[in-house]
Order: sequence, then structure tokens, then C-alpha cells
Amino acid sequence: MAAPLVNAPKRVRRGEVFEVRTLISHPMETGFRPGTNGTIIPRDIIEHVRCRFAGETVLDMALSPAVSANPYLVFYVRADAGGALEMEWTGDKGFSASYSTAIVVE
Amino acid sequence: MNVGCTRRAFAGGFAVALLPLAANATPETMREAIREVTGDRAVRGGRIVLDIQPLIDNGNTVPMRVRVESAMTDGDRVTALHVFNEKNPQPHVLSVRFGPRAGRAEIATRIKLADTQKVVAVAEMSDGSLWTAGIDVIVTIAACIEGLE
Amino acid sequence: MKQGSAAVAFFALLAATALAQGIADPRRSGFDDMGTALQAIQRDDFSNPAALWLAEGESAWNRQAGSAGKSCADCHGGPENMRGVAARYPAYDTMLGRVVNLDGKIEDCRIRRQKADPLPHESRARVALEAFVARQSRGLPIVPPDEPNVGAAAAAGSALFTRRMGQLDLSCAQCHEQRAGQRLAGSIIPQGHPTGYPVYRSEWQSVGTLQRRLRNCMIGVRAEAFAYGSPEFVALEAFLMRRAAGMTIETPAVRP
Ligand code: HEC
Ligand code: HEC
Repeated sequence: MAAPLVNAPKRVRRGEVFEVRTLISHPMETGFRPGTNGTIIPRDIIEHVRCRFAGETVLDMALSPAVSANPYLVFYVRADAGGALEMEWTGDKGFSASYSTAIVVE
Repeated sequence: MNVGCTRRAFAGGFAVALLPLAANATPETMREAIREVTGDRAVRGGRIVLDIQPLIDNGNTVPMRVRVESAMTDGDRVTALHVFNEKNPQPHVLSVRFGPRAGRAEIATRIKLADTQKVVAVAEMSDGSLWTAGIDVIVTIAACIEGLE
Repeated sequence: MKQGSAAVAFFALLAATALAQGIADPRRSGFDDMGTALQAIQRDDFSNPAALWLAEGESAWNRQAGSAGKSCADCHGGPENMRGVAARYPAYDTMLGRVVNLDGKIEDCRIRRQKADPLPHESRARVALEAFVARQSRGLPIVPPDEPNVGAAAAAGSALFTRRMGQLDLSCAQCHEQRAGQRLAGSIIPQGHPTGYPVYRSEWQSVGTLQRRLRNCMIGVRAEAFAYGSPEFVALEAFLMRRAAGMTIETPAVRP
């Protein structure tokens, strides 16, 4: 599986609100679909996406099977102080992925 | 024209995949799911912009943007945002809790819609007030669906 | 175009007449037939989920593989050297002595030059490499080679295109020429041009090749689909590329 793709600015001005865009490979199998042999394909989804910036929570999103495969998420962060933008995706079957990048606030 | 290449003519695919198996969400189950969030508190229309194209050609990939009007300051914050639907197998789509670093109460993502239906967003504010908005989306499903191989 | 059948002639003639009269080319990409939501995803590289496949393809391009211990980059340099390649495949390969599509040519390089194990058709790694190579030609016009073997393949493809098949007894042309633009259970039947492949197809929730798309159409009319990599599919691809000559490569496109 590919690493998550995260698009965020490297530098922002203090107090600025910046956009973060993320994409991650995942089937988001609903748990309602029959497979080739007629039995239901077990649910396999990302259940949570969390983002922290400079040690504090930006958001915590709970996903259902109704979120599309290869989840795409755009959200907005306030840059009061610089620090690490940390993302975490967790889900069924022990799925876990993370991403971290430093953002300079000037 | 009847070339026979209709959704019903094919095995597998989205229509079969999402619709007939589970007891699907209905307007009532959606209302119940919303009540789990709101309880008996009043829910007012407004403050939310729920943006989905009204006509969608494939329900597997439905772009959605939700924005709640709020300064996102200590005194005026959106604490949580929930999205529900009427006709997928389950009424929940997603829930977002916003923390102190959230710059706006706004997200964009993509969702699955099993049929033409209403999508509803509910926002919880730091002052305890609740706001809602809904949108009707028409979903046409891809015609030639991949057979199960 | 002399080997072309009625179908080639149809679009080629329309295109030529249109150009002569200064009217717009009557050919339209499937892009023009899809809803604004999917169009917006295709227009925005980062929001197109195919970005995930391109990233995988890029790392595969730079990674050593096989017992030769060489990466694509070791022999070919930067991916920009692949610019234009996707616009002229299928092509005749003198070494292999047959017409191959881009996927087949890449696989040939993997096996013969990298001495790597074959990758299954439509496997993620294989599709990702093709998408990455084809992406380098985005924006370029399709220029099928003027070469007799490719011409013969296109002619065979043209015959397949007009042959009725499956329990529904329909030819490709009956949908993609005669009924193009009409609705079929809600979706618009596109003219069926190969401009965007590999594509992210919403129905698949993944990136797939042109042959996977063609298999879907064949299964759709309840015909037995040709095998991946079969001469029939390469012929159909050669024909579709001629029919779309001059149209712009969109890879990786998004489709319903
Ligand atoms: C019953 C009608 C029908 C037949 C017969 C049919 N197709 Fe299709 N084809 C479609 C439809 C409908 C779509 C678009 C599906 C969608 O948007 O989900 C499509 C899509 C395509 C595309 C993708 C175009 C793009 O923009 O990406 C190609 C290429 C194609 N068909 C080629 C063929 C070939 C070659 C054959 C014969 C082997 C064939 N089709 C037979 C209905 C048909
Ligand atoms: C050991 C050197 C070597 C490696 C490694 C190699 N190639 Fe090649 N490749 C060649 C040579 C030489 C040719 C031209 C002769 C031929 O067509 O076989 C070629 C031709 C091609 C072509 C056709 C180009 C055209 O203009 O028609 C493609 C596409 C291609 N390679 C892709 C790849 C990819 C993708 C990889 C990595 C998976 C790769 N190659 C790895 C040596 C290599």
C-alpha cells in the first residue's frame, strides 16, 4: 500500500488558517457487499482519522462504511505556533498509518 | 432504447452491492440516528453550508464539502459535525470533533450514496446550540457494471 | 487509414470534414460526458485518487528490481524521457515480433531487461507503473504509428469493433457510434475513446487499464471477454487509438 499523501504548506504566517489535503489508499470495504461466492465480504474500513498540530488536536473524524474508498479529506488548521503536523489513520484489521511533517510559523 | 444493458441486467456492482442486503437506513432510522446526537434539544436550520453536486453519475464517489459558520474562537466554536444519510445500509456517514487547533469548521471529503436521497448535516456548538442543513442528491449508477469474475 | 472499416471511416471522415469546414471535431472524450463532480476530481491532480498509484509508479520507476538489479531510471533516466511514448502505443516491437500495448512493453522491459518476475495483469504494481509512464504523455495528441503491423492490428480491431457479441448480440459500434450520447440506465454512452487510461474508475474504486474497461463492456453484453494481453485486445486498442488519433491524452483520467 502506498504511503498516505499529505499536501500542506511548509511555512505559514502566525495566526493564519491553512488548508491540509490528504489521500490514503484503502478499500473502505463496506461489509454489505457479497463476494464471488455469495458470502458477504467482511467490513474493512478506516475508522478514525486524527490530526494534531503543535501537540494539540485539530480534528478527530470517525468514518463509517459510507466514506469512499481511498479516503480524501480536506481540513483547516490555525497556526498559532509552529510545530509538527501529525496525522494518524486507524481502522479494521489493525490498520494503521501515520504521517508527520514540520511546519514553520513565522 | 432498450439495449438491455441495464443495472438489473448485470451481476455484481454497486446497486447490488449496497442495496438489497442490509436493512437499509430509512428516513426514520436517519431521524433516530440524529436524535442520538441531539437528544430532545432544539435543532435549528442554518449556519451550515452542505455542498454536494445535485446530480451524481456514480454513487461510489460523491464529493462533499461541509462548512459551519463560526469564528472558531474560544467563545464560539463548533465542537462536532455529523453527517447522515437516508438510504445507505447505515444512517451514519461521518462525525468530526474539532479541537483547539481547528482553523475552520469545514471539511471536504468523498462519500458513497447507494441511491437518490437526502444527506443531512448537524453541527453542535460550544454554546450547546444545534444547527442542521440537508440536501437532496440524485444518483445515477454506472450502467455497464463489472461482473464478478 | 486505408485498412479502416466503416467505424474508423466514420469518425475520421467526420473529423476531417469538420476541420475542413472549421467546425469543432465531433469526437468527444468521455470526460465531456461525465458529471461536474467527477470532472472536478480529474482536473485537480491532488484530489484524483490516481495520485496514489502515480506515487507508487514513481517509486517503482526508481527502485531496482529483478536479478539484473536495475531500475527503470538506471536505463531510461528521468520519467520525462517517457514523454510521448503512451501517445504512440500499441506499437510494433521488432524484438518481440508483434504489436504490443504500453502495458505489454513495460512488462517486457521488466522481464527481459530487469530480469524480474512477471506481475499479474491488473495488479496494483503493474497498473501503477503503466499509469506513471502514461502520465508523462498527458496533454499530447495521440499519434498512432504509421506502420504496417500496427495497421493490420487496427484493421483486425476495427472488425472486432463492429462484430456483434454476447447474449445481448451487440457490437461495440452499436453503442459507441450509433448510440453514443444516449442514456443507458442513467449513464451517457460515451464515444468510447481510450484517451485517459489507466483511469481511476469510480465503479472500481481503483485505477485500471483500458483492457479492464473493455472487459467490463464485453461482460456487460454477456460475451466472454478476451484474455488480458490477448491479440484481440491489443488489436482493439490499436483500433481505438487510430479512431482517437489527434485527441489529447488525459492519463490518469477519472471515469464513472
Ligand atoms: C451496451 C452498450 C455497450 C457496448 C456493446 C459496449 N460498450 Fe463500451 N461502454 C458503454 C458504456 C455505457 C460506457 C461508460 C460506462 C460508464 O460511464 O460507467 C462504456 C465505456 C467504454 C470505454 C471507456 C471510455 C472512456 O471515456 O473511458 C471504452 C474505451 C469502451 N466502452 C469500448 C468498448 C468496446 C471496444 C466495446 C466492444 C468490445 C464496447 N465498448 C461495447 C457501453 C457499451
Ligand atoms: C537494462 C536496461 C533497461 C531497464 C532496466 C528498463 N528498460 Fe525499458 N527499455 C530499454 C531499452 C534498451 C529499450 C529500447 C529497446 C526495446 O524496445 O526493447 C526500452 C524500451 C522501453 C519502452 C518503450 C519505449 C518506446 O519509445 O517505445 C518502455 C515504455 C520502457 N522501456 C519502459 C521501462 C520501464 C517502465 C522500466 C522499469 C520497470 C524499464 N523500461 C526498465 C532498457 C531498459
